[in-house]
Amino acid sequence: MTNSEPITDSALDIEKIRKDFPILQTKVYGRPLIYLDNAATTQKPRAVLQSLENYYTQYNSNVHRGVHFLSQQATEAYEEARKKIAAYINARFDHEIIFTKGTTNGINLVASSFGRKYLKEGDEVLISAMEHHSNIVPWQLICEEKGAVLKVIPINEQGELKMDAFDELLTKKVKIAAITYVSNSLGTVNPIREIIQKAQALNIPVLIDAAQAIQHIPIDIQQLDADFLAFSGHKIYGPTGVGVLYGKEKWLNEMPPYEGGGDMIKNVTFAKTTYNELPFKFEAGTPDISGGIALGAAIDYIQHIGVAAIQQAEEEVVAYAYGRLSAIPSLRFIGDAQHRSGAISFLIGNIHPYDLGEILDKQSIAVRTGHHCTQPLMDFFHIPGTVRASFAFYNTKAEVDELVKGIEKAKRMLE
Amino acid sequence: MTIKEQQDTIIEEFSFFTDWTEKYEYIIQLGKDLPLIDEQYKKEENLIRGCQSKVWLHAEHKEGKIYFTADSDAVITKGLVSMVVRVLSGQSPNDIAGAAIYFVDAIGLKNHLSLTRSNGLLSMLKQMKMYGVAFRNLEMR
Repeated sequence: MTNSEPITDSALDIEKIRKDFPILQTKVYGRPLIYLDNAATTQKPRAVLQSLENYYTQYNSNVHRGVHFLSQQATEAYEEARKKIAAYINARFDHEIIFTKGTTNGINLVASSFGRKYLKEGDEVLISAMEHHSNIVPWQLICEEKGAVLKVIPINEQGELKMDAFDELLTKKVKIAAITYVSNSLGTVNPIREIIQKAQALNIPVLIDAAQAIQHIPIDIQQLDADFLAFSGHKIYGPTGVGVLYGKEKWLNEMPPYEGGGDMIKNVTFAKTTYNELPFKFEAGTPDISGGIALGAAIDYIQHIGVAAIQQAEEEVVAYAYGRLSAIPSLRFIGDAQHRSGAISFLIGNIHPYDLGEILDKQSIAVRTGHHCTQPLMDFFHIPGTVRASFAFYNTKAEVDELVKGIEKAKRMLE
Repeated sequence: MTIKEQQDTIIEEFSFFTDWTEKYEYIIQLGKDLPLIDEQYKKEENLIRGCQSKVWLHAEHKEGKIYFTADSDAVITKGLVSMVVRVLSGQSPNDIAGAAIYFVDAIGLKNHLSLTRSNGLLSMLKQMKMYGVAFRNLEMR
């Protein structure tokens, strides 16, 4: 393996940035942690941790109810976070931002509320072959309930959507299309803009699963014009337990509530309940207040670094990793899309991904192994799973070199 | 050898290893060396599903003892599996049903028996004990 070019990272001062993330200083088995499982969850900068602590030490209180000082302070901070998120994806209205528990929760909300209102027997829901289970199963549940049919856009061997098949599947029967922006297993970036435009020409709303896109690609929701977009806070440097569902005002107004409870009502009698206005109609019960506020802090943090700079740094480190991994004999990429982001999936010879992951772990390298909650996709490639290295802007080329060394050691041990 | 003696022997063997590489190379070798199961038993009903690696387990009850054969599609799992088989195979149903498995912990591979580890080893161990209970009940009839 030749690697004579000097190791330089992008315009960002990565070493300085890494100091913002306390966990990146951790040692595993006595060696520095090399964290390449960012598609599963990202690490948290100090600003996010600080925001959580500030909330609980200074103004913990329930939102939207109390007249007292702390409650007002908590409500303001929580609603301020909503505004930041709305601005970050350029939503037209703040009330189009629904706080959820995460991507899965957001998709379930739409599948259930939209499905109950608009799906009838014989209707179709269109997803793709590379969806995460969380963008498959909620649709299966509602389709089963309504007698609707789940249709699947196939992919090619490179792990890209077959767009000609998409054109054929996109008929008037389709009531909603739910497609991932970036594949969590393959790293494929789908032509979302084209998908939305074509669907809209037939008045078919589109839900975008942005769980693997929001942290890598700048999103302007008005420009994309998606009807729904779901993502998780913890994949964009925020805490676990909080996520966001963007929905166009028109749909959110028309759809029935998902869950009933406190905060989502205007007036309750035993005869009839009227629902609160947006976004509260979809936010029953006490929300993850600290999580929402800390997600706002995460958005502040990445805006401070610069979304474009983050994207550039990540593209650089992913390209570097791709290049170095390609040079490993008997390594084959699973998914080799032209447009990719974040994650690289691969297998080596006949080595089981679990064995490779285990030996990498022993070298303090954290990768994900398995089917990545995309079993139908693994079936398509006839494999039990893959090894997935997934990157964030705080990953360095030196870490990629360690990964390559780690793989070479694992190869020597396992082959 | 009893279950306890088998375990103590393995612990003794592992005490010679000075680092994780040696330990894993040994486990991998165990995994590679042992043709553990007759192909005819690698069928769906003998499959213990871990989340990531598959484990097949076959049990045979002969003259008051249970003989296990097993296999896995992942070589490290296979090595671990072969050690558990070595400990429990050829023992009485009653001893297997009540066996305390401590060697995995003692050789520093505790995480392989934790619930978060989805390599099927824990499920396999449970299944072996179930065979122990089942054959014990059969003997008592």
